[in-house]
Amino acid sequence: MDYILAPWPWHVSGAVIGLIMILLLFFGKSFGFSANLRTMCSMAGAGKSVSFFNFDWKKQSWNLLFLVGAVIGGLIATTWLSDGSVVDISENTIRDLSALGISAPTEIQPTEIFSWEFASSLKGILFLVIGGFLVGFGARYAGGCTSGHAISGLSDLQVPSLIAVVGFFIGGLIMTYLILPIIL
Amino acid sequence: MLKFLKFIIAGILFGIVMTKSEAISWFRIQEMFRFQSFHMYGIIFTAIAVGLVAVQLIKRLQLRDIGGNPIIFNPKDMSIPRYLIGGTVFGLGWAMTGACPGPMFVNFGYGYSMMLLIIGGALIGTLMYGVLRSKLPH
Repeated sequence: MDYILAPWPWHVSGAVIGLIMILLLFFGKSFGFSANLRTMCSMAGAGKSVSFFNFDWKKQSWNLLFLVGAVIGGLIATTWLSDGSVVDISENTIRDLSALGISAPTEIQPTEIFSWEFASSLKGILFLVIGGFLVGFGARYAGGCTSGHAISGLSDLQVPSLIAVVGFFIGGLIMTYLILPIIL
Repeated sequence: MLKFLKFIIAGILFGIVMTKSEAISWFRIQEMFRFQSFHMYGIIFTAIAVGLVAVQLIKRLQLRDIGGNPIIFNPKDMSIPRYLIGGTVFGLGWAMTGACPGPMFVNFGYGYSMMLLIIGGALIGTLMYGVLRSKLPH
C-alpha cells in the first residue's frame, strides 16, 4: 500500500498511461483529451453559427465520460491515495523559480498562482484565462494535445505529431525563458 | 451499463495516474521545460514505448476491439504550418498554466477550483479557433 500512497515513479506512471491508450483502442476509441473542448462548444450550441462545431457530438459521449472519470480520479487520488508528499522537484528548478517569485513546493501547485487570492485579482484572472485560451486554441489548431499527439500520435510514428510536439517545446521554451520572467 | 462504465473507469485511472505521477503539477512542467529532471521525459517516453509495441502488435496481428471491429489508425493529414504554429501556441499555454487539457480537469477534481478559469479560457480558445479556422494557414 505504501507504494500506492507515495508518488509513483516515472516508469510506472508512463506504463499506466500507455496502457490507458491501449485500453481505449480496444474499446474502439482513440485517446485524445482536447477533443472534449470541441464537444463542449458543440453541446453549448456553437454548431448553429460555426460549422466546425456542427457535428454529431453524441459520438463523443464516451470521451466526456472519460473526462468525468478524470475529475473523479483526481478527487480519489488526493482523498485516499496520498501520503502528503511534497512535489520533489530539482533544487535547480526551485532556485530558478524563486527568482521569479515562486516559492518552493508546499503542495502540488504553487500557491502564488493557484490560490483564489491570485485568481480573483485582475492579473490573476488574465493570467489563467489567457493561459487556458492558448492551450485550447493551440490544441485545436494543431489537431490534438499531449495525449492525442505526444502519446497516441508518436506511438503510431506519425510525422505530423512529431512536428506538433516540436511546436509544444518551441512554445514552452519561449514562455518559460522569455515571457514568464516578465509577467510573473 | 458496462458500455458507459468502462470509459468512466478508464478516466478514473487516468486521473489517478496523472496525480500520482505529479504530471498535473505546474512545478513538474516548469522542471521539464528547464530540462532539470528526467521525470516528465521518463513518463512520456515510457508511455510511447509501451504504445509503440502495442500499436505494432495490433497492426501485425490485425487485432480487433471488444466489439469485434478491426482497430484502425487514421493517419493525420500532412502539414507543417498547422502543427508547428498550433503546437507552438499550445506550448505557450502549457508552460504558462502547467496544464494541458487532461490535467485541467484532474486538477479541478483534486480541489483546485480556480482551474475553472483555465478551463473557461480553453473553451473560449477552442471556440475562437473554430471561428477563425478558414483564415488560418493549415
